[in-house]
Amino acid sequence: MNHFKSWNHSLIQGVLILFLGLSCASVQAEEGVKLDKAPVDTSNFPSLQRGAQHFMNYCMNCHSAHLARFDLLEQLGLSEKQVVQNLILTDAKVADYMTVVLKAKDAQNWFGVPPPDLSVEARVHGADWMYTYLRSFYRDDQRPSGWNNRVFPNVAMPHVLWALQGQQELQRQGGEDALVLTQKGSLSPQEYDQFVGDLVNFLVFMSEPTRSARLHLGLWVMGFLLILFLVARALKREFWKDIH
Amino acid sequence: MVSQVMGWIDERFPLTKVWREHLAEYYAPKNFNFWYYFGSLALLVLVMQIVTGIFLTMNYKPDARFAFASVEYIMRDVNFGWLIRYMHSTGASMFFVVVYLHMMRGILYGSYRKPRELLWIIGMAIYLCLMGEAFFGYLLPWGQMSYWGAQVIVSLVDAISPEVALWIRGDYVISDATLNRFFAFHVIALPLVLLVLVFLHIVALHQVGSNNPDGIEIKNHKDPVSHIPLDGIPFHPYYTVKDIVGVSGYFIAYFGIIFFLPEMGGYFLEENNFIPADPLKTPPHIAPLWYFTPFYAILRAIPQKQLGIAAMGLAVLIFFLLPWLDRGVVKSVRYRGTLYKSALTAFVLSFLVLGYLGTQEPTIWYVNPIARVCAGIYFGFFLLMPIYSRLDKTKPVPERVTS
Repeated sequence: MNHFKSWNHSLIQGVLILFLGLSCASVQAEEGVKLDKAPVDTSNFPSLQRGAQHFMNYCMNCHSAHLARFDLLEQLGLSEKQVVQNLILTDAKVADYMTVVLKAKDAQNWFGVPPPDLSVEARVHGADWMYTYLRSFYRDDQRPSGWNNRVFPNVAMPHVLWALQGQQELQRQGGEDALVLTQKGSLSPQEYDQFVGDLVNFLVFMSEPTRSARLHLGLWVMGFLLILFLVARALKREFWKDIH
Repeated sequence: MVSQVMGWIDERFPLTKVWREHLAEYYAPKNFNFWYYFGSLALLVLVMQIVTGIFLTMNYKPDARFAFASVEYIMRDVNFGWLIRYMHSTGASMFFVVVYLHMMRGILYGSYRKPRELLWIIGMAIYLCLMGEAFFGYLLPWGQMSYWGAQVIVSLVDAISPEVALWIRGDYVISDATLNRFFAFHVIALPLVLLVLVFLHIVALHQVGSNNPDGIEIKNHKDPVSHIPLDGIPFHPYYTVKDIVGVSGYFIAYFGIIFFLPEMGGYFLEENNFIPADPLKTPPHIAPLWYFTPFYAILRAIPQKQLGIAAMGLAVLIFFLLPWLDRGVVKSVRYRGTLYKSALTAFVLSFLVLGYLGTQEPTIWYVNPIARVCAGIYFGFFLLMPIYSRLDKTKPVPERVTS
């Protein structure tokens, strides 16, 4: 009897292991450059507020986020007045969607491709990809913009943040290509990493504004279900006492 | 008072009779194990998909211009819309997890064998219907994978008959017209068919009674006076309380995914589906969701397109023949010999490997060669079954169920 049971058991185990293995395999699907870990914490309001500021100042001239409204920023511990005064740089209302005046047709002419909408972009590439991408621009005179990117080769976007980061060049070091800072920017490398980290954190928040609520509520639901499971099991045992 | 009301109802509707025949005096074998949770769980998932689906329909817009944005509107601006959407998207994948495990149970213990052939066939019809439901539903978020996944599947029809493909799409490409009709199929047509089939599945089950892990009939040993099967216990309360344990365990997994891994590493919600559908931009790698990938891998493994489509169709439909392919003298895997157990293990492994290969790009050198070997094993399991199931050295079956 034990023999049959163990066969059955190992089959279940095998299925579970394969299933989990499959879900892990997808995480490392992207090939090429090793991605750095983005400091994502959507409960860190100061970081998200800084990220929102960077987004409005540097990204939203070209990139829209037309599925999100400005009042989204009120979820970051800001009042409506603070949002209107500091973060809306146009005459948009707080309930308006985050659109840009840049026309897709103009963008097509200038860059070759319209800049993608960033509402859910963090869910397309993942935070680590964006964090590494925004730190991987380097000088390349072969490109129309004068910039290239290690994570996204021949990307149409120029290095918008170059004045902050400075200029990097791709150099060969010890048999491997590496990015070397050849001209300093206004931020130190550590400050620039934090700048991009805050920005990516905000993009993750904007892609799924309910992320923190989800993680928070999840703990309560799991706690409740665990208790429900234990009660249900005790109830089942009580009912089944007389079945042999 | 209560008995008066019940009496009034029973004269007009067989409420007490139905309650007795299908719950309180429906005798199920007492030796159900872990695998037996998935039938009732499938019913639960169906109900949850319908309820969450109704709430999604209140804010979703089946219009190519607004569909993508309306899903994000649900995620952002509708109260708890994110939870309902994740429950529905995770529920879709979990429906297949539960149904695949339910089918595996049937295969392990020979639940498709006489007298349960029709029960199995109705179940397979449910599975086909579920595949259609998943396919139509996946177009609705109108992301890149929605669009190009549908494009690929309809192009299979195109390879056989362009007229039929045109008729299905309502256009020369997947378009607004397609989205509208897929919405109609997803929210009305197929759910109705599914509910009818599930009802028939339960009617057929209660006609023949449940099988059990020993693969023997409990009706062969009844109490001489009461005519109740000696190894049977009333479904209610015994299996109703047991199923509450199953539901709690399932919910821990289901809500664990919803709250902590809603994309399930790209397997339940694909990254590319967060890009709105663009008919002019084909994604470099198009893969269906995981529950279709074993069949997709078989399709790609065969170089000739029409043959590939035929093989893929056969891979699904061949399950219908299982009751007649199996010639074993025992039903349950517990009393089968090494031959059958090896064949079944090889089949399960080939199914899982095919599922993995279906998610990978076909340009990787090993994908199609391995898929061909696995497809051979897959079909071999079915087509050689009449031979090896008969030659198999089986063990003696007990008279009464074992605990």
